[in-house]
Amino acid sequence: MSSHDRMIKPLGQRETVLRMQEVDKTFNGGVVALRRLSLDVNQGDFISLLGPSGCGKSTALRLIAGLMSPTLGRITWEGGQGQDDLGVVFQEPTLMPWATVARNVHLPFRLRGQSYAAVKDRIEEALSLVGLEKFSNSYPRELSGGMKMRVSIARALVTNPRVILMDEPFAALDEITRQKLNDDLLSLKAKTGATVVFVTHSVFESVFLSDRILVMAARPGRIIKEIIVDAPYPRGIEWRTAPEYSAIARETSDTLHGALAPGETH
Amino acid sequence: MSIADSPRTKSAVTANETGGGPLFDAEEERRARARRVEQIARWVLPALVMALAIWFWDRIVVWNEIPHYVLPGPGLVAKTLVQDWGTLSQALVVTLKITAMALAVAVIGGVGLAVLFTQSKFAEMCFSPFAVILQVTPIVSIAPLIFIYIESRLVGLLLCAWIVAFFPILANTTLGLKSADHNLRDLMTIYRASRWQRLRFLQLPSALPYFLGGLRIAGGLALIGAVVAEYVAGTGGIGSGLAFRILEAGYRLNIPRMFAALLLIALTGVVIYMTTSLISHLALRKWHESALKRD
Repeated sequence: MSSHDRMIKPLGQRETVLRMQEVDKTFNGGVVALRRLSLDVNQGDFISLLGPSGCGKSTALRLIAGLMSPTLGRITWEGGQGQDDLGVVFQEPTLMPWATVARNVHLPFRLRGQSYAAVKDRIEEALSLVGLEKFSNSYPRELSGGMKMRVSIARALVTNPRVILMDEPFAALDEITRQKLNDDLLSLKAKTGATVVFVTHSVFESVFLSDRILVMAARPGRIIKEIIVDAPYPRGIEWRTAPEYSAIARETSDTLHGALAPGETH
Repeated sequence: MSIADSPRTKSAVTANETGGGPLFDAEEERRARARRVEQIARWVLPALVMALAIWFWDRIVVWNEIPHYVLPGPGLVAKTLVQDWGTLSQALVVTLKITAMALAVAVIGGVGLAVLFTQSKFAEMCFSPFAVILQVTPIVSIAPLIFIYIESRLVGLLLCAWIVAFFPILANTTLGLKSADHNLRDLMTIYRASRWQRLRFLQLPSALPYFLGGLRIAGGLALIGAVVAEYVAGTGGIGSGLAFRILEAGYRLNIPRMFAALLLIALTGVVIYMTTSLISHLALRKWHESALKRD
């Protein structure tokens, strides 16, 4: 990773990596999950897709991941699709219980025929980035929930992908672990220059982590507002207590609530 | 009972008196002792009860003066086992061979079919009814037909044992192959894993605990299949297994030998079960819930 370090340019000067244009997704039965979703993911972005359940944020992620195709519209990768497009972190750690931590992180390489020995350095580097270098020979069951999530993150970034997708990765963790992982995720991002698309339903998480918040509404799923969080990385405890942080959180929260239908309470 | 008059256990009092404060908790202590007792009882109790049962069997025979052609005592059975070891061990080897071969073929066939079923839904739709029919039809009723159509006695026996043994492996492995974590399956898609890689790196490991569960059942069933088939096949002479020896001894009213052969079959079953359990434990101990120690 250090050898592949990517500089993060200021917002507005970044090259586009992935472009979603006017994407519609209609499920069988006529449920419109997404309508006219347009989104450019740029090199170095930390994008949060924020919205209530049913707003299609996970659907958007699955479309980017190629797990489903759009009903209408286009998703294009700049320079075509390749091997290192994606890393994914799900809500659950999604580790192979029969494999050690190191072997779990090895999986993306293994699937393209690269032996463990050949990529051992990169695996060790990824594990030390998430602070688990001492646990490479442990089995997932020996780890705590937060540690398992770290392994999952190491697996997602070990190939140094163009975009890392995260689908509410910390939703199932306790608050303390969650904050620690948020901090660590940001320092990881600063070190690797990773581009992240992060799905969450937490206003505070999105304001803390991202530089672009896309607020979504449901029925049909759509983006209603983009909120730019132009605070420098790395962000720490100062950012959590900064007045700008509160202001943006307030704005985001208002946008989110304004989008809820009158009958819906939060 | 109120808190005030709750009994203080002796150990807690002793701990306090030593001046070091309550170094141990009386309840925890009790629990630890219960665990130790249970540990020992796990082995001692069954052995003790078994010994008692055998002794009781012996006493019944002696006290009632039951003739040995009705019910032989355990001593006589053991003596017969030693005396007839030549004949019986040969028969045991035959039965073991058929059981092992049937189990091997059941594993190959069961896992092979399970993989086929999960690779192609249509194959499953086409062939799973046959598997079910073979499973639900009692082997005793199919066996006579098999011995009519199949010339070789050995192949016939093997086929019977296989029919009985392969279904649990097929059913369990199919279930296991299908129960791979759905997020891991998505991950495989995202990393563009081939069908083979998906099978090799995700589905087969996911199915392993299920397969091993099936293997444990199939091991016992293969032995039952081998024995039952031999009963049906009847005549044999050279190259006959334990079931034939039991039949033969029955005709000759050699009841002690019947018991000795029966004992061998039971022991074989136990050994098979223990072996498959051990295999299962060794394969899963590092990662699977079923093999983990809990306290």
